[in-house]
Order: sequence, then C-alpha cells, then structure tokens
Amino acid sequence: MAGYVEMRALALGAAILVWGGQALGFEPVSGYEFLDESTRAMQDDEFENPGMVTVDEGRDLFNERRPDEEASCASCHGEDGEKLDPAVIARYPIYDEHLGGLATLQDRVSYCWENRLDRFPLPYDDPQLVALETFVRNKARGEPVNVQTDGPMSPLIEKGRQLYSTRFGQLDMSCYHCHVQHQGQMLRGQKLSQGQANGFPEYRLGTGRITSLHHRFGECFRSFRADPFEPGSEEYRLLELFVMQRGNGLPIETPAVRF
Amino acid sequence: MRTLLTLLVLISVTATTAQELPPLPSDYCHWKADHLAIDEALCGLKGNPARGRALAIDPHGGNCIACHHLPVPEESFHGTIGPPLDKVASRYTEGQLRLRVVDEQQVNPFTIMPGFYRDPRLANRVADAYWGKTFLTAQQVEDIVAWLVTLK
Ligand code: HEC
Ligand code: HEC
Repeated sequence: MAGYVEMRALALGAAILVWGGQALGFEPVSGYEFLDESTRAMQDDEFENPGMVTVDEGRDLFNERRPDEEASCASCHGEDGEKLDPAVIARYPIYDEHLGGLATLQDRVSYCWENRLDRFPLPYDDPQLVALETFVRNKARGEPVNVQTDGPMSPLIEKGRQLYSTRFGQLDMSCYHCHVQHQGQMLRGQKLSQGQANGFPEYRLGTGRITSLHHRFGECFRSFRADPFEPGSEEYRLLELFVMQRGNGLPIETPAVRF
Repeated sequence: MRTLLTLLVLISVTATTAQELPPLPSDYCHWKADHLAIDEALCGLKGNPARGRALAIDPHGGNCIACHHLPVPEESFHGTIGPPLDKVASRYTEGQLRLRVVDEQQVNPFTIMPGFYRDPRLANRVADAYWGKTFLTAQQVEDIVAWLVTLK
C-alpha cells in the first residue's frame, strides 16, 4: 500500500509541475462569462441586483455610531466610505505583520470592529461582518483584482496551490479537477467555471442568500463528500489567497449574482 | 541499541498508522487488478442490467450521467466531463469496464472520476456520514457493469 500511496503522491507532483507550466499562458475568466444574458443583466443593474440589499445593510452598519460609542467606521473612512480607496481594497487578501500575516478583507473589517470601535469580537462569517465586507468591496466594483504575489506572499501562494490540488472526500477530488482540468465542461446541467472569487460576497439565486467565499468553499467540499474546514480557518485563508491571485486582473463584481 | 531503537520507532509508526485507518466495511470484498482489468465479479456477485441503468442516472446512486453522455434518451442534461459511454462495450472488455468503475485512478492517476469501490481508507478528510464506506456497494457496481457490457 505504501508503494501505491507514494505513486499517487508522485503523480500529483507531476500534475502540479505540468500545471505550473500551463500557468504561464493562463487567462483568468470571471464566472460572469458563464452566466446567461438575463442573469448578467440582473447583476449589472443596481436596482435589480438582489445583493444590493446587503450592500445597503453594510452601509448602515458602516455609518452607525452606537449611543455609547465615540466612533463609527465612517469616522475614519468618511460617510458612506467615501475615503476608502478602491485600489487598496483590490489588494486583499494582503500580507500585514500588524494583522498577524495573511489577512483577508473580512479580517481587516473584523480588526477595526474589535480594536477601533472596541466592540465584542464576532466569529468569522458573522452576517454583520459579511454585510460590511460586501459594502466595502462593492466600493471597488470594476477595479481589477491586484493581489501581491511576491515577497512573503509567494510561499503562502504555494501552500494554497497545494491545498487547491489536494484530493479530498469520498469522491477523492480536488479544486483543480473541476476548475482547471475540466473548466468549461458540463457537470450535468451546470457549466464548470474557473471558480474565480472576484464577485464575492455574492448573491445566490438558488438559496436567495448572500454567500461568503468561505461558505462557497464549504459547498464545494460537501459536493465531493469531504469534511469542510471552518470559515476563517488557515486552510480557507490560503485557498482564498490562491484563488484571488489566480484572478488578478479580473474586475471586482461584488455583489455578483450566481446560481 | 540502534536496532532496538529503530524497531521501537517502527512499531510506534505502524501502530499510529493502523489507528488512523477506519475499519473496512465488514462486507468489503477485496479485488485485484491484472493488466488493467478486474476479470472476476466483486464477491462473485451477478449484476442486473436494468438496476444498473437506473443507478447510472440516479443522483444518489452512481450518478454517471453527471459527467458522461449515456444512451438514456429520456434524461436531459448529460455531463461532458468524461467521454460518452454510448458504445463503451465495443472498446472495453467486461473486466476492463469493472476496473474503470471500481478505481479509475489505477488507469489514470490524474482522473477526476471517483473510484466507486476503492479501498475507502485511501480517501482524505471524508465527511462523517461517508467515513470508511465505499461509494457504491459491490452489488451496485456489478449491476452497473452488467448494464455497461450491453452498450455495444
Ligand atoms: C465536483 C466539482 C467541483 C469541485 C471538485 C470543486 N468545485 Fe467549486 N464549483 C463547482 C460548481 C458546479 C460551481 C458552480 C458553477 C461554477 O461557477 O463553476 C462551483 C463554484 C465555485 C466558486 C464560485 C465561482 C463564482 O464565479 O461564483 C468558487 C470560488 C469555487 N467553486 C471554488 C472551489 C474550490 C476552492 C474548490 C476546492 C476546495 C472547488 N471549488 C472544488 C464544482 C466543483
Ligand atoms: C466526476 C466525473 C465522473 C463521474 C461521476 C463518472 N465518470 Fe467515468 N470518466 C470520467 C472521466 C473524466 C473519464 C475519462 C478517463 C479518465 O479521466 O481517466 C471517465 C472514463 C470512464 C470510462 C472509460 C471510457 C472510455 O471511453 O475510455 C468508463 C467505462 C466510465 N468512465 C464509466 C463510468 C460509470 C459507469 C460511472 C458511474 C458509476 C462514471 N463513469 C462516473 C469522469 C466521471
């Protein structure tokens, strides 16, 4: 059995090498390109896009100063976030010693919530944090994703790439299988996209809910009968980094509309 | 002394590996691939092609249709991830088909196709509900193989 497992590891290693080569000519494609006309129109129209409800919720939380508090997010970042810089938002996830290394946009929001507003910390993917994240990322709509890939990020991206090509679950599949090897093909009635993250948090027509990126990872994990990691886990942060930098150059679409 | 130490390390390594492995299902039948084929039916069972056809399109069964075009005209939305199976028995023997359903990774280590009767201990981070179980039962695999051999 050991020989068999070794052979599998070797084969996967070879696959990753091949993939490294392919990455040279890689063109990222947004999930938007895989949608039908009417869903695209819904996403593009500010009044039709159901995800805008969450943007509004996020805006209210952003501006809200609670009676016993000195500040709101708006105290630092301007009313309705007018001082937020889209180019900075498009850099997330970032590497920041102060935030403990690799930090997602939600980590940043959570940090301000806890330390600048001195509020009780919320768990990762708490609906209030997701709403704030949706509002903030929506400020950078259209801005090209621009995640750092050199310096301290490069070994972290390698770790993310390894997770991305690791087989998980009873079906023994990796992200790579569906979103690289078989992208563009039909899984029953669904066309496989590159699994890009430029539209998150996104509105899902199937569930009628806003969905964070880490929640979407969990859905993919469950689909191949794997035990998902926790939202906010080290594994999902690394996957987020890998997936986001893979989409460098794609316009931010938050809130995207998907099935 | 050295040898003793090595021995102790070896024993502890073996012990931990053994502990981490879930038990095989009590009715698991061992199989062996030879020349990229499994010529003997799993557990010596006999398959039923009508049941196999139903399993191939059942989203909670084999769900082969998620990835393959099948000669099942009443179903719409056939997958395109794998090759069409319409005439697959004119390309492969029964034994070759059985291996491809049981463990396609033996044919192609990179494949996305799940192994429907692999040793479940080879899988990684399986959800609790499926932990230690094969995807299909031996009888279900034989049913599907019995249907596949009719696809000439
Ligand atoms: C069995 C196939 C399969 C596997 C394996 C898989 N996914 Fe997906 N994934 C899908 C399908 C189907 C969708 C929805 C349609 C689409 O966008 O491809 C999707 C969507 C996504 C999306 C949303 C894309 C968008 O534009 O909204 C992301 C992000 C994603 N997957 C990431 C992952 C990651 C990370 C992994 C590995 C942990 C993974 N997927 C593994 C099938 C899969
Ligand atoms: C998640 C995708 C997926 C599922 C589900 C799946 N397959 Fe496949 N299958 C493939 C792919 C891809 C290939 C191509 C060869 C390879 O990748 O090794 C393949 C190859 C095959 C072949 C060899 C065909 C040829 O022309 O070489 C057979 C036979 C087969 N599959 C049968 C089945 C049966 C029966 C089921 C259901 C019990 C099934 N498959 C489910 C993806 C899938």
